[in-house]
Amino acid sequence: MKNENLYNYILGIADNNLILGQRLGELCGHGPSLETDIACTNISLDLLGQVRSYYQYASKLKGDNVTEDSIAFLRKEKEYVNVLLVEQPNTDFAYTIVRQFLFDIYNNLFLEELQKSHDITLVAIAKKSIKEVSYHRRFSSDWVKRLGDGTKESNLKVQEAVDNLWTYTDELFHLTDADKAMVKEGIGVDVTVLKSKYYKIVNTLLTEANIVIPDSKWFQKGGKEGIHTEHMGYLLNDMQFMQRTYPNMEW
Amino acid sequence: MSEEQIKSLEADFDARIARDEKIEPKDWMPEKYRKTHIRQISQHAHSEIVGMLPEGNWITRAPSLRRKVALLAKVQDEAGHGLYLYSACETLGVSRDELYEQLHSGKAKYSSIFNYPTLTWADMGAIGWLVDGAAIINQVPLCSTSFGPYARAMVRVCKEESFHQRQGFEIMYKLCNGTPEQKEMAQDALNRWWWPSLMMLGPTDAESVHTEQSMKWKLKRKTNDELRQQFIDQTVPQADILGLKIPDTDLKWNEETGHYNFGEIQWDEFWQVVKGHGPCNKERLNARKGAWEKGAWVRDAAMAYAEKQSNKKIEKVV
Repeated sequence: MKNENLYNYILGIADNNLILGQRLGELCGHGPSLETDIACTNISLDLLGQVRSYYQYASKLKGDNVTEDSIAFLRKEKEYVNVLLVEQPNTDFAYTIVRQFLFDIYNNLFLEELQKSHDITLVAIAKKSIKEVSYHRRFSSDWVKRLGDGTKESNLKVQEAVDNLWTYTDELFHLTDADKAMVKEGIGVDVTVLKSKYYKIVNTLLTEANIVIPDSKWFQKGGKEGIHTEHMGYLLNDMQFMQRTYPNMEW
Repeated sequence: MSEEQIKSLEADFDARIARDEKIEPKDWMPEKYRKTHIRQISQHAHSEIVGMLPEGNWITRAPSLRRKVALLAKVQDEAGHGLYLYSACETLGVSRDELYEQLHSGKAKYSSIFNYPTLTWADMGAIGWLVDGAAIINQVPLCSTSFGPYARAMVRVCKEESFHQRQGFEIMYKLCNGTPEQKEMAQDALNRWWWPSLMMLGPTDAESVHTEQSMKWKLKRKTNDELRQQFIDQTVPQADILGLKIPDTDLKWNEETGHYNFGEIQWDEFWQVVKGHGPCNKERLNARKGAWEKGAWVRDAAMAYAEKQSNKKIEKVV
């Protein structure tokens, strides 16, 4: 395929949205209040809307019989290239919010840069998405502050979530081969340069929320290369259920 | 207040309703009117919130991205309906927490239909088509009910419900025009949801305890049996378009009445589900209670944080 790097690059962006959108979708109807329930569903809807734009673009590049749904539902686990952070489970509301926060800060910085891409379709998607993502960032940041600086119990829960999810942050700034090729062509974002800014924003906000920044230097990686955590298989099992059980049908 | 004064207030109140004027939260109202409205509006709100669960059951397994997004949006609309309805109810002097407490303790009821399980993707179609279809028939007359906040909430709810119903019908249409396996899935869903949908319009007029008073207050404009007939008359031709068979051997067009005759409804089953012994009553209530209990620390934290912030503002002023 002529545009193989671009195709893989798009999946590298969109798979994060798909898997996080799927995770948030699990919570619909089970939130701690109606307002947070509606907000989390909204974020899920935004992310899945963005996924559709990316996959529709990717399916055009691929040609053949590839569609947004075959990309979303019919790949093997190893072919999904989302970061490990977004597949982590909804252990409790603290994990949900901290996972969201750690991703939103990255996503917002990333989309700011993607707007400068030489690929006009990616620019258009980035411009639309950043409006939504800047709201997600505000929502998750506010909740990190509220829970971190709320009660003793909520502080401990957020601290635990930060301690356990921190190990997945470094992977956000790894470059795959497709990323490197796209950076070279002026299409992709060099995420390595976003790293120091990311930790500065995250650390400032966590400190404001009375959360201690983990000092671990050990990080997990693999998602971007298709090596996932044990949670991923179960998530895909649910997500792919219909397409796998009833192949080649229209819904 | 003397008995005479109350009688005169009541007479004015009844006259206002007769003139189709809206009653607003701060207006004087008979205690029974207030209580009946709290009961009905909160039941309605609870139905929206519990109603999120059977459909929420398929969000992670929706068969395409388009369907997943539409289903999420639909279930989110239901949360929104719950929110306006709880708010409308709060204007009558009861808090959302108290209403939740009534739901969780089993004191308050919600629509029994949500105690049935969603077993296949076709159930998303059948619920939209039949359950939302029956809900619209029930709810459209409420857009002109006498209590202002309820009537206004219902205008928006009905608009969204009619969109949901079209969406449900479209899911069914796609299945019925798909493979034999898909069509079978659609027929199976209709078989399971048809009778509960008829029951959803409430007990027969002879058994309905609230009809007379509710008619007077415009909480009801037609009786349960009239609404049920309207639903059947409207839905049978739609099933024909889909090429599905309604699971009722007595169903037959009656030239004389201009309506469909239909078979006997198993009211025993209805009362069994109402009384808490349907297939999913326990699961639904446990899911609601679980979400509330697990979320307690979040709500406490939000309150504590808000208080700290407001104290900081006060300290700055002094």
